[in-house]
Amino acid sequence: MFLEINPLVLPDPGLLIWSTLAFLILLFVLGKFAWKPIMKAIGEREKGINDAIATAEKVKAEMAQLKSDNEKLLAEAREERAQILSEAKAIKDKIIADAKEQAKAEAAKIQAETYQSIENQKMAAMVDLKNQVGSLVVEVAEKVLRRELHDKAQQENYIKQLSNEIKLN
Amino acid sequence: MLSKSVKSLLVAVFSLFIIFNSNVSFAQENGKEHHPSENKEQEGDFDVTGFILDHVKDHHSWHLWGHTSLPLPVIIKTDKGFEVFSSSKLSGEHHEPVVYQGNYAYKLVEGKIKIVNADGSVNEEDSKKVFDISITKNVASMFLTMLLLIWIFTSVARAYQRTGVKSAPKGFQSFIEPVILFVRDEVAKPYLGHQYARFMPFLLTIFFFIWINNLLGLVPFFPGGANLSGNIAFTLALAIFTFVIVNVNGKKDYWKHIFWMPGLPTAMKIFLMPIEILGVFIKPISLTIRLFANITAGHILVMSLVSLIFIFKSVAASAMAVPFTVFISVIELLVGFLQAFIFAMLSALYIGMAIEEHHDHHEDIPVI
Repeated sequence: MFLEINPLVLPDPGLLIWSTLAFLILLFVLGKFAWKPIMKAIGEREKGINDAIATAEKVKAEMAQLKSDNEKLLAEAREERAQILSEAKAIKDKIIADAKEQAKAEAAKIQAETYQSIENQKMAAMVDLKNQVGSLVVEVAEKVLRRELHDKAQQENYIKQLSNEIKLN
Repeated sequence: MLSKSVKSLLVAVFSLFIIFNSNVSFAQENGKEHHPSENKEQEGDFDVTGFILDHVKDHHSWHLWGHTSLPLPVIIKTDKGFEVFSSSKLSGEHHEPVVYQGNYAYKLVEGKIKIVNADGSVNEEDSKKVFDISITKNVASMFLTMLLLIWIFTSVARAYQRTGVKSAPKGFQSFIEPVILFVRDEVAKPYLGHQYARFMPFLLTIFFFIWINNLLGLVPFFPGGANLSGNIAFTLALAIFTFVIVNVNGKKDYWKHIFWMPGLPTAMKIFLMPIEILGVFIKPISLTIRLFANITAGHILVMSLVSLIFIFKSVAASAMAVPFTVFISVIELLVGFLQAFIFAMLSALYIGMAIEEHHDHHEDIPVI
C-alpha cells in the first residue's frame, strides 16, 4: 500500500506529539501575553479613531449649524436695513412733497394777495384818473362852449351838422 | 477562490506524481547520506531523488555545512522504559549509521531508529516496540519557531503597552499590526461574524505558526532548512486542533445537519448521513494534505531546479537553474503566506459553519 511505501505521507507519531504540545504552548503563551494585549490595544485604538471621527463629524455639523445661523442673522439684518432704508426714503419723499405743497400754497397765497393789492391800487388809480379826466372834460367843454356861443351862424351850422349825423345813424 | 483551489490541486497532483515516480529509485538506494559535493565529481549518476527526499524528510541531526551536523537528542521509549542519548552516537566518523548499544542495539535505517540483531540485520519484530519521540530536526526547528513567535509577539505586545494606543505603531509593530488586522478582517470576521473575537487567538496562532514555519523552510541553511510545514505529522496536528475546535463548538444545528439534514425527504436524510459524517473527517484531512502537499511540492521544485546543475554536470546549467530557482523561491514566499492564510481561513470557515445558527428551514414545504 502507498502509505506503507512512502515515508513522506506517513505521519510520524513523535513529531505529531511534539507539534501538538508546541501548538498548545504557543496558543496558551501567545494567547495570554500577546494576542490579548494586542487585540485589546488595537480595539481601543479603533474605538479611539471612531470616537475621534464621530466627534469631528459632530463639530462639523455644529459648525455648519453655526454658519447657517450666522447667515440667517445676516440675511435678517440685511432685510431690516433694506426696510429701514425704504422707510427713510418714503419719509424723505413725504417731507419733500409736504414742503413742496406748503411752498406752493404759500406762493399761491402771496400771489393772490399781491394780485388783490394791485387790483386795489389799480382801482384807486382808475378812480383818480376818472375824476381828473372828468374835471378836464368839463373844463374843456366850458371853454369850447364859451367860444361857440359867440357866433350864431356857426351855432346853427353845428346844430344842422348834429341833425345830419342823427339822420345818418 | 476557484483558481486558488485549482492551483493547489495542480501542485498536489504534481508533487504526488514526483513522489510516486521517485519511489522506485528511493527504494533502491541504501539510505546513506547524499551530498552534491560528494557525488558531482564521481563517475556515477547524481541521485537526485535521494538528494531531494533526504532534504524533505525529517532527521535526527541538523546538517549545518559540509560534514558538520548538529547532534540532537534522541528520546525513545521501548518496553524497557525511556532512553535519551545524543544522535551523534548513531552516526560514525563518515556519517554512516552505526549501532548504538542502549537497552537494545539501535541503528538508523533510512532515517528511522530500528533495533538490530547482533549480526547487524534489522529486527523488525523488536523494532515495533520503539516509540520515537526524539527532538528531530523538525522538532528543533519547531522549538526555534516557538521562541521566535513568543519573542516577536510579546515584544509587539509590550510595544503597545509602552507607546499606548493613541500613537501610530512603530518598527516591527507596524509590520505585524496590518497582518493581525488582515487575519481579523479577512479571515475571522467574514466567516465567524460577531463571535470572531473568541477564535482570534486560535486563528492568529495557527496563521503565524504556519507562516513563519513556511518562511523558515525556505531558508536554505542552518536556522531554516527544516521542512516542518511540509511534514504531514505537523499539518495533521494543526488540522486536529481545527477538528477539535469545530466539533467542540458545534451547535445543535451543526449536528442536526450532519445526522438528520432538515428539509429533505427521509430517504435522502438517511442517504446524506454517512456522507456528512465522512465530511466531518474529510475537512481536517483536506487541511492536512493541502498544506503538506503545497509546501513539500515547493521544496521539491526548488531542490529539483538546483539539482539540474548536478544532473548536467556543468556550471553553465546554473545560468538556467539559478534564475528558475529564484523565481520559484519567490513564488514559494507567496505560497508560504497563501497557505497560512488558506489554512486559517478554512479553519475559520469550518468553525463558522459549526457555530452558525440557522433560522429559516421551511421544513413544512415538501420537496418533490
